[in-house]
Amino acid sequence: MSLRPAGRPLWALAALLAPLAACGDADTAEPTTITLVAYSSFPVEGTAVNDALDEFAAANGLTVEILTAGDTGTMVTKAALTAGNPEGDVLWGVDTILLGRAVEAGVFQPHVAAGLDAVEPRLRDLVVDDLVTPVDFGDVCVNVDRGWFADEGLAVPTRLEDLIDERYAGLLAVQDATSSSPGLAFLLATIARFGDGWEAFWSALVANDVLVTDDWESAYYGAFTRAGGDRPMVVSYGSSPPYEVLFDPSVTEPPTGVITDTCYRQVEFAGVLRGTDSPTGAGLLVDFLISPEFQRHVATDLYVFPARTDVELDPVFVEFAVIPDAPAELDPEAIDASRAAWTERWLTIIGG
Amino acid sequence: MADDHRRVNALPGWFVPTVLTTPVLAVGAFIVAPLVVLAVRAGASIGPTVAAARTAEVMAFTVGQALLSTVVALALGLAPGIVLARQRVIGRRLVMSLLTAVFVLPTVVMAAGVRALLPGPIDHGLPAIVTAHALFNLAVVVRLVAAVPIPDGVLAAARTLGARPVVVLRTVVLPVVRPAVVSAAVIVFAFSFTSYGVVRILGGVSTSTIEVEIWRQAVQLGRVDTAVALTVVQLMTLGAVTAVGVTLARRSTIRWGPGTITVGERAGAVGTITVLLTAALALAPLVALLAASFRVGGAFSTSGWANLLDDTIRPGLRLGLDPVAAALRSLVTAGAAATFAVALGALAAVGVANAGRVGRLADPIVMIPLAVSAVTVGLGLLVTYARSPVDWRSSWFVLPLGHACVALPFVVRPLSTAARGVDERLRWAASTLGATPLRAMAATVLPAMRRPLAAGAGLAAAVSLGEFGASSMLSRSGGETLPIVIERLLARTGGDFQARGHALAVLLAVLTVSLVALVDLGSGDRATGRSPLGSVGTDRDRAS
Repeated sequence: MSLRPAGRPLWALAALLAPLAACGDADTAEPTTITLVAYSSFPVEGTAVNDALDEFAAANGLTVEILTAGDTGTMVTKAALTAGNPEGDVLWGVDTILLGRAVEAGVFQPHVAAGLDAVEPRLRDLVVDDLVTPVDFGDVCVNVDRGWFADEGLAVPTRLEDLIDERYAGLLAVQDATSSSPGLAFLLATIARFGDGWEAFWSALVANDVLVTDDWESAYYGAFTRAGGDRPMVVSYGSSPPYEVLFDPSVTEPPTGVITDTCYRQVEFAGVLRGTDSPTGAGLLVDFLISPEFQRHVATDLYVFPARTDVELDPVFVEFAVIPDAPAELDPEAIDASRAAWTERWLTIIGG
Repeated sequence: MADDHRRVNALPGWFVPTVLTTPVLAVGAFIVAPLVVLAVRAGASIGPTVAAARTAEVMAFTVGQALLSTVVALALGLAPGIVLARQRVIGRRLVMSLLTAVFVLPTVVMAAGVRALLPGPIDHGLPAIVTAHALFNLAVVVRLVAAVPIPDGVLAAARTLGARPVVVLRTVVLPVVRPAVVSAAVIVFAFSFTSYGVVRILGGVSTSTIEVEIWRQAVQLGRVDTAVALTVVQLMTLGAVTAVGVTLARRSTIRWGPGTITVGERAGAVGTITVLLTAALALAPLVALLAASFRVGGAFSTSGWANLLDDTIRPGLRLGLDPVAAALRSLVTAGAAATFAVALGALAAVGVANAGRVGRLADPIVMIPLAVSAVTVGLGLLVTYARSPVDWRSSWFVLPLGHACVALPFVVRPLSTAARGVDERLRWAASTLGATPLRAMAATVLPAMRRPLAAGAGLAAAVSLGEFGASSMLSRSGGETLPIVIERLLARTGGDFQARGHALAVLLAVLTVSLVALVDLGSGDRATGRSPLGSVGTDRDRAS
């Protein structure tokens, strides 16, 4: 009998609290749209990479949006300027050269990716404090238009030093080392080779009429003779030749070649951006980026080599991609200490 | 008698402080506070930055190109200015409006136009930069010189004494216009010194004015401290230059006694041709821009316009730039910026017009944005409002507020003039008819402000539409405005991207010029051909 009066307020209280509890749930629930910030050569739709991302999103009740933020250098400085209030949730593509700058600026929050064990140990060793996850590696190399050299009856250069030979004057396009990741990698390749002599080398390159473009697309899809430009040599990737075959199935042998002596090794990383409002979803996405389902497409769609060791590559890629035996590399700490000074000095040399 | 009226009509004591608080706080929070934060942060890095070899190179280039630009602008603008000051020219008002429209063109549009106009080897680098600055600032020189009163009597006296026209020009006209020329030189120098968009687009990978170097250090090299130190260096240099210029201009001013000043005889062939040539010169980049939007790889093509909405590089690979979204964003931002600027400007103008000695200090405060470069404003906001609870880097209002602050002086000037110009006796009449002081003020001052208010809104919107400096610091990926998209397209070498950039620049030019034409036609003083823009030009010198 006496339960009734006491029971009613309890009911009422429960009824009142129920929507509140639901509210509480809604407040803690993360937004389901995960924004992947990537460099501008990351495909936004229509490739296997995008299909894989869509499948991942559907399976996890998420939506993945790709936000391209310019060339890697520009993307990383933007990430540094917006650290803590990021433009997205996950960043794809910070490389070995710029990782130090991003970490110093507090761009990332730690995340240990599920499946990290399957990633090549040498790449894992580059990571400090679990802030990023290695996703791929590749080499930045000077590419040549073989047909152009054959038509001109000119020998294809084989060494870095050949680029300042006056026979090759006006033939090379490189990228802005202050904003472009391959541009900076090529600058570092020359520093790794010549030490302090890099400044003289670049002065000679300028005298040899090197063309400096804003970014990789402008060089590869604009200045390169293969794209209708007037430069038969361009700084690009060791994986560009198989791309030419994959892109045009009627071609059986790549029309472009790689000067292996000019190569610089780059590892790319992905990480959860500090200040994301979807840390769980962002973490899941990073896990997915090193899963076999995603990794098996990076070679054919992003023209880099997967960070996982257990992924099979497309036969075309195996046949034509160039992985140099001894690509140039510099110590990350040495890079961090001198990057700004080098690029600033480079600017001055380019200005003549 | 008048004192009694004033006492009766005195506004309530709370009115002026209340009205002035918002604009003063806004400028304080969005311009002054960021400057202080920058200065404090720069502290230790100023020394090394000043000593750096690159700073010296950049400073030398900045000063050199600014001097050259000033000389060229004066050389081009002096003759038409003198003709317009003395003689009646058919289409005078049209020419003035045209020059003004060019003056307020977005920097990316002018830069794109000059690049399209000049032939091969000089379409970039120093010659192109100087050309763009000179054409931009023709309006400043022509307007200031044309506004100089040259009394008939003095000229007549010289002629009566037997002086030939050349002698009259040398001994009478030039000394009379000298102060205007000095003022114009200072303004042109200051504009060219802080040039950003023009140098970003027309300079090479390593060409930097200090303004561009601030952006390069902060955004490209990731050295915010060096960038901040450079803002301080730039601010101090600019302050010194302006101080010297203002002193020079003041020293050479000639004061006339009472006498008639009329715009004299109809211009002869030489005068008319001079003015027409000037107009053609000002139009040339716009015409070249339009032509370039129909040119891909040296041949006529409409693909720049046809592909305007498409940002595909190759299947699957996109530029990540959406011109339609950018255009919409630009319009919304311009609308918000105009609203902010007009609201703040109206409050400031009404407040200052009714203020006592202390309140009038608000006047120079709202003019502070004139002295601060746009990139500095952007960097300041980015660095200052980066931490919770004032982490506003991704807030929608930051960009329009930044634009509103940049545009504020342009809005306040004509508004202040209007508010101050209201005859006090109108108010007295209103209060005689029973209006409270506030009501009397509202009934008399507000109608007088309607036109400059509309003009201010148009101007602020135009400034916001073309604003590039602050935007290039504040805009986020996927949140680009039109000028940013245009710059990105112009920087690309392949395909028809440049034609698309030119096409978008044409659209932006049409938008801006229409806005300014509306402002100019709606509020200009037809008798003298002076517009609110002209008075800004003159006042800009006084304020800075």
